[in-house]
Amino acid sequence: MKIRVFTYTIIILIITGLALWLSLPTKKFGREFSIRKGLDLVGGTHITYEADMSKIDSRDRDRAQASLIDVIRRRVDALGVAEPVIQSTKVGDNFGLIVELPGVQDIDEAMRIIGKIAQLEFKEQSTGSETEYNFVSTGLTGADLKRADVQFDQNGKPEIALEFTTEGGKKFAEITKKNVGKPLAIYLDEQMLSAPTVQEEIREGKAVITGQFDMTEAKRFAIQLNAGALPVPIKIVEQTNIGATLGTDAIKKSLTAGIIGLFLVGFFMIIYYRLPGFLATLALLIYTLLVIAIFKLSNLTSFGVTLTLAGISAFILSIGMAVDANILIFERLKEELRAGKTLGAAIDAGFARAWSSVRDSNISSLITCVILIWLGTGLVRGFAVILAIAILISMFTAIMVTRTFLRLTVNTRLATKFSWFGVSSNQIAAEREGKGV
Amino acid sequence: MNIIVRRKIWFLISLLIIIPGIISLILWGMRWGLDFKGGTLLELEFSKKVDVNQIKDVLAPFNLKNLTIQSSGENKILIRTTAITKEEKDKIEDALNSKINKFNELRYETIGPVVSKDLTRKAIWAVILASVAIVFYIAFAFRKVPKPTNSWRFGICAILALIHDLLVVIGIFSILGHFFKIEIDSLFITALLTIMGFSVHDTIVVFDRIRENMRLRPEGDFEQIVNDSVVQTLDRSINTSLTVLIVLTALYLFGGETIKHFILALLVGIFIGTYSSIFTASPLLVVWQNWVQSRQTRRA
Repeated sequence: MKIRVFTYTIIILIITGLALWLSLPTKKFGREFSIRKGLDLVGGTHITYEADMSKIDSRDRDRAQASLIDVIRRRVDALGVAEPVIQSTKVGDNFGLIVELPGVQDIDEAMRIIGKIAQLEFKEQSTGSETEYNFVSTGLTGADLKRADVQFDQNGKPEIALEFTTEGGKKFAEITKKNVGKPLAIYLDEQMLSAPTVQEEIREGKAVITGQFDMTEAKRFAIQLNAGALPVPIKIVEQTNIGATLGTDAIKKSLTAGIIGLFLVGFFMIIYYRLPGFLATLALLIYTLLVIAIFKLSNLTSFGVTLTLAGISAFILSIGMAVDANILIFERLKEELRAGKTLGAAIDAGFARAWSSVRDSNISSLITCVILIWLGTGLVRGFAVILAIAILISMFTAIMVTRTFLRLTVNTRLATKFSWFGVSSNQIAAEREGKGV
Repeated sequence: MNIIVRRKIWFLISLLIIIPGIISLILWGMRWGLDFKGGTLLELEFSKKVDVNQIKDVLAPFNLKNLTIQSSGENKILIRTTAITKEEKDKIEDALNSKINKFNELRYETIGPVVSKDLTRKAIWAVILASVAIVFYIAFAFRKVPKPTNSWRFGICAILALIHDLLVVIGIFSILGHFFKIEIDSLFITALLTIMGFSVHDTIVVFDRIRENMRLRPEGDFEQIVNDSVVQTLDRSINTSLTVLIVLTALYLFGGETIKHFILALLVGIFIGTYSSIFTASPLLVVWQNWVQSRQTRRA
């Protein structure tokens, strides 16, 4: 028994040390180690798009959706946003996607880059017609592109250099050969960018688009052409822009509230439950460190926890609830002591009896968390995930940590000083009398 | 301390709290926020105080439907309308920029009707599912409870106490929505579900003790056993909720602005949840038991 308590204590110390090290905002292994912050803390934009699958056969829709997500992902990556979120959604027959861009400065430009179909087409004059704007598709499209880059002409104006694939290069050679002396129009999303006259057959598979675009536009086209055209058009059904200033303010305030809350709870516990209360407060501090450490660790996996304002409240709420299990156990402990048991026996009996209460009541909270995770999105889900993790960890610390701490007191001088546990000798005597012993 | 005997008083108190809420619900309903109604919300911070009427004039030519403008905090303005497109919003911001003053866009949210309907549906489902799951779970956890009562009663009484709590919170927020313009968003639903989890948490503490006492005193009077259990767990119930309420109060007073209403809902809900575990769920068990017994004796 003593050996077990000793081993547990060592384990707890090691875990606490680790948790402390992980929680502190310093660099570890040369990397920043922090919790991913949600939009409401960092600012940015959250957009829900709906994909227009009307022109796609229902059997091909899943594939179209997959390719849509791919293209969008490539475009978002090219934006250079840290930790974007791109999620495919399907509600009944509706295909949609959610894009979250934290910390984006120019939201409008980002949306222009993402939202346009960006279908590039080369069109030639239809045979037999002499009219200027009667252009017909040549079959050479953006799909035949290998690369698009921004470059500058002699006057410093931006232009877009295209490099075709081998197939595309062959097509391009044929088209230019056919259209020498005639205009070859370049269309982007049904709008003509430019229509240069073909000088000669071009066999290198390279072309340059010049036009009236500024640097921003040129970059945008390059990103879109490289990522590929969207297979289906998308439109915005929901958008939330959040300014960053609200976020930093909120973090500060929540941290303050959390620390104040922690203090008050500790204070209350010590006054009401004395020694066990003090031990529980220690366990609570360990619990806080553990939760922070686990959140940070989760970022290394694909199930990274995203912290939002609601998530912070979930965490702070859980502090109040974590103490709960301890209270259940301590009340039991007092009863067992009043009934005349020794400290060691009372501790064990207290834990054993209280466990069913602790287990059942926490499971019901977990049930609601699971439902929230399943049915909720974004903010709601973040709250539920954090609350669920917090509840699980709190059960662990209450059972393992508090019990070990309590057991440590068994073989000390305090073992007979029941007043430290909130039980007076009068109460024990009264209990005995009541039993008629 | 005789709690169960005075149950009529507690039921009366519950009614007194719930009825104003229900009246408010019938008269004024809930003040549904963007998440459920759909629409556009724009929160702008100007460098100095701006008159709401000025904004109204600038926005007049846009013919926005269901337009409300309110000032919040120092120099902030909240504009709400039915959903508008991004282009319209840009034009509006340009107009405000040139005609009034420069501003900082704090928040821009727009939700189309399809998304908001989806959210509403999910919210209702969530509450129903959670209730059913909880009834089943309690019935399962208490399956070995001895006669004369059965495990389903525990589950159902717990849910009735839960419905009581939800009614109180929803009623209060209906009143707050009408008089203080506080809106319901998806976080409110989250609060409701958290309250459900927590209220059951608390109720189980009492029920667990009732179960234990029933095992210890198999021949005892049910009403007496329930009363003793409630009294024995009083300290525990109150303290466990107290710690959570302390923390929530700290959050409400010192925490961020945007979640204040969320925290308020939690505060009210958890407080009522504790009350209902002691004064509603347990007395209901007794009432049910007595009713079943009186039917049995009538038949005999």
